[in-house]
Amino acid sequence: MKKTPLNAAHRQLNARMVDFGGWEMPVQYSGVIAEHQAVRTTAGLFDVSHMGEIDVSGSSAQEFLQYVTTNDLTRLTNGKIQYTALCYGHGGVVDDLTLYRFTAEHFMLCVNAANIAKDLDWLQSLASSGNYADLRITNDSDNYGLLALQGPQAQTILAPLTPVHLDELTYYHCSPGTVAGIDLLISRTGYTGEDGFELYCPADATTALWQALLETGKPHGLIPCGLGARDTLRLEKGYALYGHEISADILPLEARLGWITKLAKGNFVGRAALLKARELGIPRQLIGLKLTVPGVPRQGCPVLCDGRAVGFVTSGTSSPTLKQGIALALVDTQAATSGHSWQIEIRQSAKDAEKITLPFV
Amino acid sequence: MDFPDELKYTEEHEWIAIEADIATIGISDFAQSQLGDIVFVELPEVGDELEAGKPCGVVESVKAVSDIYSPLSGEVVEINEELPDAPETLNTSPYEDGWMIKIRLSNPQELDDLLDADSYQELIKED
Repeated sequence: MKKTPLNAAHRQLNARMVDFGGWEMPVQYSGVIAEHQAVRTTAGLFDVSHMGEIDVSGSSAQEFLQYVTTNDLTRLTNGKIQYTALCYGHGGVVDDLTLYRFTAEHFMLCVNAANIAKDLDWLQSLASSGNYADLRITNDSDNYGLLALQGPQAQTILAPLTPVHLDELTYYHCSPGTVAGIDLLISRTGYTGEDGFELYCPADATTALWQALLETGKPHGLIPCGLGARDTLRLEKGYALYGHEISADILPLEARLGWITKLAKGNFVGRAALLKARELGIPRQLIGLKLTVPGVPRQGCPVLCDGRAVGFVTSGTSSPTLKQGIALALVDTQAATSGHSWQIEIRQSAKDAEKITLPFV
Repeated sequence: MDFPDELKYTEEHEWIAIEADIATIGISDFAQSQLGDIVFVELPEVGDELEAGKPCGVVESVKAVSDIYSPLSGEVVEINEELPDAPETLNTSPYEDGWMIKIRLSNPQELDDLLDADSYQELIKED
């Protein structure tokens, strides 16, 4: 199994380690619910160093990326970040990612850990099949550690450690700078629905950065958080996760990702298939369901609408905030728009649910 | 972690307290700690006939689902009715407030298969 630079630090904190897409990662330290609440009320620190960083540069970098991603890259200015996706020709999704523009000729893609090799192959095959002069695609994943500092206290904790004016660093913007004396990239992004930062640091400085943040943040309620809380936090906000709501078999237009699928921007990989799907009618929609009885929906559970099987749960959990079972589900569009009564089948038992407007929290 | 000497245990991490022909059953401190925050409990109904080694309920944490296996055969005579509304009790008080079911033993010989506290602690050391 692959390990992040913080593996020893996690063990020292008695984290419970699990295999996550080939990476040995902490799923929890003190407990998923306590960690979840910390992020909602004070702050939490996540090791997400397993995520991949792909550097794309050269005079044709922008043209190339505009063609291979779904969102409209031309809207970005230097230091701005965009959530976007790579699609296959048939419209299914290769991966979802955040795209960083440093200059008009230098970008970075932050991609899902399990997809680094697949994304690189995909990008390189597209690059070689087109006519892109002066284009460099480099896998920088092993050079970076990545920490996510998330929660309402995030800025208060980070401010004394950096000369960067955090008030001026707004959502989905990044800035180079130092934190605790370490040269890194500060990004005002996250996957929890709270304010926060993601810090891309040199791999060999990750432990020092982790310690400095935990120490400074402790008086403000900062605790280390694992992938368990990361999942409940994103699910409460209805954020899609690769392998659940996002896959080669699900169109971005089905997965509530229409807002990053700019069909009017000009040609891009997957556009023709997506236009056709829109013309024929998008077959399925991702909806939010909340159980009205006790229970925990899980990925794969069948979903019933007015007594009929209409789809399946893509992600489910017990919401630590609502203390109820919640689920994202991919269901027939007709049911999503005109269905009345909803149920989720858990272990052969149909549990009553209600359809809710996302996010859950 | 705590493993009271007066209780019996199973390889599936249940504990059993015997009083005459009634067995009270719950999950061990080790089990609750491994599961993490418990958010859902499903128990059998009073009157159900349980068979040793067969699933009789479910415990779910945020991340995982775990079957509860009946350690002994017998009829369910009482369930902890407060548990489904307060599943976190299994984390905070696994041996007392977190008891799950009471059954009337139909085959007391099965008691011979249970582990004492020392053997159980040996077992989980290997895990």
